[in-house]
Amino acid sequence: MKPVFWSRLDLAARRFTPFGLTVLLVLLNTLPLKVPGLTQVMPLLPLMSIYLWAVHQPDLMPLYAVFLVGILQDTLSGVPLGVYGLTNLIVYATILWQRRFLAGKPFAVIWVGFTVVAAGAVIIGWILISSLNTTLIEPGAMAFQYLISLGVFPLLAWLFMRWQRAFLDHV
Amino acid sequence: MKERSRFTHRVSAPIRGFGQRFVFLALVVAAFALMLVGKADVTMMERFRAQVTDAVAPILDVMSRPVATANEVIAEVRVLGVIAEENRNLRLDKERLLHWQVVARKLEAENKALRAQLKYIPAPEASYVTARVIADTGGSFAHSLLLNIGVQPGINKGQAVVTGDGLVGRIAGVGDRSTRVLLITDLNSRIPVLIEATRTRAILAGNNTNRLRLIHLPPGATVSPGDRVVTSGHGGAFPVGLPVGLVDGVSDAGISVQPFVTRDRLEYVRVLDYGLKGIIDDPKSSDKSAEGGKGKP
Repeated sequence: MKPVFWSRLDLAARRFTPFGLTVLLVLLNTLPLKVPGLTQVMPLLPLMSIYLWAVHQPDLMPLYAVFLVGILQDTLSGVPLGVYGLTNLIVYATILWQRRFLAGKPFAVIWVGFTVVAAGAVIIGWILISSLNTTLIEPGAMAFQYLISLGVFPLLAWLFMRWQRAFLDHV
Repeated sequence: MKERSRFTHRVSAPIRGFGQRFVFLALVVAAFALMLVGKADVTMMERFRAQVTDAVAPILDVMSRPVATANEVIAEVRVLGVIAEENRNLRLDKERLLHWQVVARKLEAENKALRAQLKYIPAPEASYVTARVIADTGGSFAHSLLLNIGVQPGINKGQAVVTGDGLVGRIAGVGDRSTRVLLITDLNSRIPVLIEATRTRAILAGNNTNRLRLIHLPPGATVSPGDRVVTSGHGGAFPVGLPVGLVDGVSDAGISVQPFVTRDRLEYVRVLDYGLKGIIDDPKSSDKSAEGGKGKP
């Protein structure tokens, strides 16, 4: 009885990690780092996380989890509620739809995939926020945010790969 | 070949499945619904936001402490490198400020004498609450901060948030453990201001960049680079004369203002309470006051 319980708990904890890690990245994204100019161009860490899990282990990152992460991002960042929620859903669905081009491919392909998906996400966010505020937002900071995200992506991807090998290979 | 087709089926199944598709559509509809509700019922959305931020505020508070310490250490090390130069600058500053002190004393005395002659009633003194910044909600879509204080006397929606440098923003929402500050650079920020020297009124609008725009100037007003911009107190939300920024560019495209406060240096801020009721009341309470006292000015 007992070993079963513990192994189940262990399995549940492991299955929970993709969601947990993504939420952690949302919080990390809001930390007041006092690096001049960084706050506005903070890399889109949660987006990377959603992308990576959707490519590698979508069954551990269900749709509603992606949506919940988006709502958390909306409430914390102060943008109209639903913007990140919708963006994340679209990103996730796009990856699942095109997953055969990405799953199990070399890292370069996954990186290129991210450049496309992130561009789409940023543009969707821009359209949503511009229309909800009925004004055009300056795209400069967004473009930088996008470029920095592309640069940070390999680092996060490597960390996640390590994590996956260490904890999630047999889930 | 068979292996391959089974593989593609396995990977594409999650989104092809009817149930999954239904969930996806339902969630997309939910997202749009939230956007519409957010537009329609601002109060409810604010309450929801406050509840969520309250829930994560303790985590953010703990997470932001090591970051703050690391930042301090880095700043210390950086200061060591330029300490000699800074000393020299400070000496020069001291001389300059001593001169200003003499001028200020003289003006203070003169002011006092003139006020006595005019029976001038001074503006109420502000009380303030100091709070720590626990989150700077990064990103280019919205500019806001979270503070580690919640509902308490002296914290109300609409109040001015300042540092020693100048105006940071205003309080946009108060929860039990957290408070959201809308920065002056946010897209939705509109602040009534004055050009300090000419007393020209204008509205200072944020646009999600580091620069602010001066809009709604009266016709014929002259503004030149270097002019100081301060709050005007119109609308009753902010007190008069809080420093905001310097005009740094005048062109056909508009007048841009560089704020005194830099977002990435914020660690502790003060929430000012001048006892002003302001125009940014809760819709509910303003309904009540409208019912109760229609004749009031």
